[in-house]
Amino acid sequence: MGRMSADGAVSHARPLFMSGNEAVAWGARLARPQVIAAYPITPQTVVIERLSEWVAEGLLDSEFLHVESEHSALSACMGASALGARSFTATSSQGLLYMAECLHYASGGRFPIVMMNANRALALPWNIYGDQQDSLAVLSSGWIQIYIEDAQEALDMSIQAFAIAEHAEVLTPVMLNLDGFVLTHTYEPVEVPGQEDVDVFLPSFRTPSKMDLEAPTNMGFTAGPAHYTEFKVQQHRAMLRASQVAAQVDEAFGQRFGRCYGGGVVPYRCGDADLVLVTLGSVAGLVRGVVDDLRAGGVAAGMLKLRFLRPFPEREIVQALSGARAVGVLEKDVSFGNAGAVFSDVASTLASTTIRPALLNFVAGLGGRDISRDDVERMFDELRAACVQAPGERVRFVNVQESRDG
Amino acid sequence: MVEAPRARVQLPLSLSADEPFLGHKACAGCGGSLAVRLALKVLGERTFVVLPAGCMSAVGFLYPQLAFGCNAIISTFAGTASMMSGIAAAARALKLRDYHVVGFAGDGGTADIGLQALSGAIDRHENFIYICYDNEAYMNTGVQKSGLTPFGARTTTSPAGKNAMGSRGRKKDLFEIVAAHGIDYAATATVAHAHDYIRKVDKARTTVGTSFLHVLAPCPTGWGIDSDRTLEVARGAVDCGLWIQAEYEGGHYHINKSPRRFKPVADHLAAQKRFAHLGKAEIAAIEKERDGRWKRLQRLVGGG
Repeated sequence: MGRMSADGAVSHARPLFMSGNEAVAWGARLARPQVIAAYPITPQTVVIERLSEWVAEGLLDSEFLHVESEHSALSACMGASALGARSFTATSSQGLLYMAECLHYASGGRFPIVMMNANRALALPWNIYGDQQDSLAVLSSGWIQIYIEDAQEALDMSIQAFAIAEHAEVLTPVMLNLDGFVLTHTYEPVEVPGQEDVDVFLPSFRTPSKMDLEAPTNMGFTAGPAHYTEFKVQQHRAMLRASQVAAQVDEAFGQRFGRCYGGGVVPYRCGDADLVLVTLGSVAGLVRGVVDDLRAGGVAAGMLKLRFLRPFPEREIVQALSGARAVGVLEKDVSFGNAGAVFSDVASTLASTTIRPALLNFVAGLGGRDISRDDVERMFDELRAACVQAPGERVRFVNVQESRDG
Repeated sequence: MVEAPRARVQLPLSLSADEPFLGHKACAGCGGSLAVRLALKVLGERTFVVLPAGCMSAVGFLYPQLAFGCNAIISTFAGTASMMSGIAAAARALKLRDYHVVGFAGDGGTADIGLQALSGAIDRHENFIYICYDNEAYMNTGVQKSGLTPFGARTTTSPAGKNAMGSRGRKKDLFEIVAAHGIDYAATATVAHAHDYIRKVDKARTTVGTSFLHVLAPCPTGWGIDSDRTLEVARGAVDCGLWIQAEYEGGHYHINKSPRRFKPVADHLAAQKRFAHLGKAEIAAIEKERDGRWKRLQRLVGGG
């Protein structure tokens, strides 16, 4: 989904064949993080393997810390960030939850760390394959959450993520989410921008909010009931400001490198759509294909891809869904006893408007189960049915083998 | 007993008059705050200080009253050594000159929840100083048993009653655990032996790599002693042999002070309400454990 800028000032780029993981590693490398602290976990490990190889070969000038856990990885990144150093880490699944305490700590401390998360199922039962239960479980941890569709976007957003996180109006950490295996391990041709261009696009991190030997300060302090709320309101507002900053960063990136990705959402044939499937991550490619087929058959179908889950792109979602008669949310997670986290957010956003489409939640792809073209076609069938009769069960597990005794 | 050669060291007799830790809200007679204050006077203001959740961060960082005169930050409870590692890495990357990185964590923050990060950092030979102020229980949360609570001590989670005589486990030997990593420098100390402590902080200051100081820091509130008895009780622990003043350097163990004869353990324990319930049998068990520990450490000195 690249485009040339109007003046044709597109950076030198060389296409390489690489996986989603390697694309993240390339993006991180070009961003020149001063400190990388990481711990291995499938299916993220290739990211830190590549980075450590480049450090070993002298191709990347970073301090690489082999830490003893994911908790330590993020804790070390916070220490580095507290001195104003750019820092990067990567994790997945159990590792993301093991650092859960540090997630809130990093966002509350306003440390602009960038972290890649390979979306993977959570134990129990153990399962190394892709779904989105891990990142959606920490949706409220104060991190900007971006969901990636392909390897090129993975590389480009790894660079953009630092520009968003470190912006003086934002100073909030960013989590880049790639579907485990489907995206992390799939090889695609990817254009690698030139280092000089990235250096101009993303200068070194400069901030007055750091521990400075010439101007000592106390950070990470305690704030009682008289002050705590004000810090949290500032954090919330900074997160909201990230929407506009992300749009500016994406536009500037497009002007320099010829590729932009849109804002918090990317609508596809939504304008006159009756039936819209809202989704995120790599499954968007499949849904787009189904939408095209349905359109060819005369069905007014569309897709709304969510790129950002935090800050939540409320206004863009309302705009894209304003004409829909039925809206489905396809996601790879469920909040047990309720619905999927994305569905809940979309539904609550619509509830504060006068838009009243039928709403269905399709929970699919748990633990790496394939989502087929047939599955997606059936989702649109169910949306079509929901337009004419009350839909019944709103949360629908897709492609489930029901046991006889229930 | 094997004596270490009497060290000929220059004591920094004129400590800085600047107070690097001022305006904090520690209890009267707090041993931990003394350990922080003395160490920072040695290290100076070009120091990055990390403190996890615990007594010293609770009393030192109450916004807007912040008590550290140098750069300081609270880490997560488990994250003292990992956050220090990140600071040390950033300082290298930013090519900073003339600075120290020091952490002050309690016994629970070090020997229990923080041990994983400490172990990793020592393994990497991170260039920093880790100081464990040991008040032998989770004092910040109200005197709960930690891995460094000694046998027999009463805490709010190891009470004395019909079926229990206080803490059942023996105190983990943190000094030996740390030394077993082959750390660059480790020492034990107490807040009462100020010259010795200052000398050890100074040695840590000039050590390249990881230094670890294990400092006995009595807590009047948790130990049940009067607030003007902190130093006396810390001294008593050394005199009765329950606390061994030692160093590990260059792969060798040294015992700094070997009393010719131990003062009675019973007298030392009697001064602390947390041991008031112990009988002769328990005190004898504590003495036996003490003697075993001395023998073990002496073997390590001899074998070093």
